[in-house]
Amino acid sequence: MTGWRGLQCELSAAGYVAADDLAMALHLALMLERPLLLEGAAGVGKTQIARTLAWLRGTKLIRLQCYEGLDAGHAIYEWNYQRQLLAIRAASEAGEHGAAVEARIFSEGYLLERPLLAAIRQPVSPVLLIDEIDRADEEFEAYLLEILSEYQVSIPELGTITAVTKPIVILTSNGTRDLSDALRRRCVYSYVDYPDRATEMAILAAHHPALEAGLVAQIVGFVQALRRENLEKTPGVAEALDFTAALVGLGINDLTDDPVALQASLVTLLKTQGDRAAVPLEVSQRLAGKAA
Amino acid sequence: MVRMYKRVTRFPLRAAGPADRLAGFMAHLRMNGFKIGVQETGAALAALSAVNAWDETEARIALKAVCTGCAQDFGRFDELFAAYWQNLGHERSGTAKAKGADQARSGQMQDQSGSGSGQAERPDGDTDGEAEQDGEGRLTGSRMRNLMRVDLREVVAPADIAEAQGVAERLARAIRDRRSRRQKADRQGARLDLRRVIRASLSSGGEPIRLYHRKRPTRPSKLVAILDVSGSMAVYARVFLAFVKGLMTADGQTDAYLFHTRLVRITEALRDKDALRAVNRLSLLAQGFGGGTKIGGNLAAFNKAYAKRLVGGRSVVMILSDGFDTDPPQVLGDALADLKKRGCRIVWLNPLKGWQGYAPVAAGMAAALPYLDMFAAANTLESLSALEPELARL
Repeated sequence: MTGWRGLQCELSAAGYVAADDLAMALHLALMLERPLLLEGAAGVGKTQIARTLAWLRGTKLIRLQCYEGLDAGHAIYEWNYQRQLLAIRAASEAGEHGAAVEARIFSEGYLLERPLLAAIRQPVSPVLLIDEIDRADEEFEAYLLEILSEYQVSIPELGTITAVTKPIVILTSNGTRDLSDALRRRCVYSYVDYPDRATEMAILAAHHPALEAGLVAQIVGFVQALRRENLEKTPGVAEALDFTAALVGLGINDLTDDPVALQASLVTLLKTQGDRAAVPLEVSQRLAGKAA
Repeated sequence: MVRMYKRVTRFPLRAAGPADRLAGFMAHLRMNGFKIGVQETGAALAALSAVNAWDETEARIALKAVCTGCAQDFGRFDELFAAYWQNLGHERSGTAKAKGADQARSGQMQDQSGSGSGQAERPDGDTDGEAEQDGEGRLTGSRMRNLMRVDLREVVAPADIAEAQGVAERLARAIRDRRSRRQKADRQGARLDLRRVIRASLSSGGEPIRLYHRKRPTRPSKLVAILDVSGSMAVYARVFLAFVKGLMTADGQTDAYLFHTRLVRITEALRDKDALRAVNRLSLLAQGFGGGTKIGGNLAAFNKAYAKRLVGGRSVVMILSDGFDTDPPQVLGDALADLKKRGCRIVWLNPLKGWQGYAPVAAGMAAALPYLDMFAAANTLESLSALEPELARL
């Protein structure tokens, strides 16, 4: 099978169950050689798809984690100042100076590659994951835009470095800030939502093949019911997987069997004190009862 | 649903091939507020050739990936796709038809205003014929809509808007401008921390090997405006809407909502640079404008849906409402307590407070008071602009 269905199958064989929308968006991003922008709540598998894709293609995953105040020096390149300083001092001891020294200290050897520069200089096109782009500043977004459209970086002292191969770019955003229209327009877009029941069951089954179907259905029912509760931090897929692992580790075969153990394993799903208090034993039993 | 597949999509006569029809679809999306251009049309064609374009689902999700750009558009896309390619407006009498009517109308409006710039090219050129077929239902629908739009258009009347926006921008700046006066060690700061560099250079024989920087960190606060547009606030709503738009223009961080009986996020709509289209989008969002009020319930909904992501310790939540609530006061108190827990500051601007002899005796208002960092009058633009120094102090 080829096309996006094929991609979807490959992904699920690698343990990533992608919804149709997402598989299609990824397929198109690969076909059209455009960046893929993924938005959605935390813990729905936005970052994971980049990892899986890199693994599938046998290429390198280059990750750039964005944060407030991220600047070109940390994202693109930087000169190795200390080495340059030592080189100058050594050169002056040896009696060298002038243009030769200058040419040497502004050469490749003194350049520190950061993720974006590294990504366009790989012999095999890597997967470039730009994580949580909404946390970076707007100036950085503008800089990124330039790189994503030209795939080249200009370094004043060295000249322009053009991409050897075009990286597969995946951007993720949690929606804490609106991204610029220009960036959105450059990208293929997909909104990743919490998986529906069938998808989540498939995800759990892919990660825990030995698990009984009945228990999987119970777990998914429970987690999805929990998502409908009024929680501060809604548990994502990663949490559901942890929860399943915890239940497997505790040897629980039915959610309603052991209320205390179930309550104890909620630590994998509920990550704030308020949420813990919001789901006491009675509530978790009610949810488990409904899910069963 | 089965019937839909049988139906033949009708296209304007001039639409020659797939490319033309797709261009029509893009115009349809554009009219519905999607920010797409010629480049996207090219990408959409490329996308369709990369998939089985004759499979409806495949074509839909392919176009969805290329044409959408934010969560809201992503959610609306399926409906718009069905409306265009399956002529849903013909048989369904409910929402789909109403939407068709709206599109036609907004197209015309852009025409008249002369800002059309090609957007007036309507994809489904046969809507007029359709109107003749079932004129009655359509007429009532569109008349109601028209009234609503006129109403909202006045909200952003040029006379008020300039002043209200000006005031709002000043206020927004007063709240936001927070550059710390302290200098802080920072790895990428703009200035060298000379004292530290020299101190560290001692260990390397006077060579400044390690560089230290410092900077003045900015601590911007984020504004969230929540606007009450219920019946009791109708008189003020127009100015306040302009005011909120002013807050939005000051920078890209402000977030805006309006509520009556339910809560609607209007950030995207207000940020639209085309003022006319912004109004159109708003009027679509504001169904129920001038209805009852559920302040408590709506604030709780805000906490649940948005506050988690968008409200933090540096946020200022600005509520513009008169405090007449049909929910029990307890609900409002709880919702505000929850919001307060996120560490934000809450400002309540109440137009009634400017009245002589006003006391916050409305049960809702009384329940809210303990959680407010500031409770101020907002019945005139002057009273709004008087807030500037106070907000700066928050």
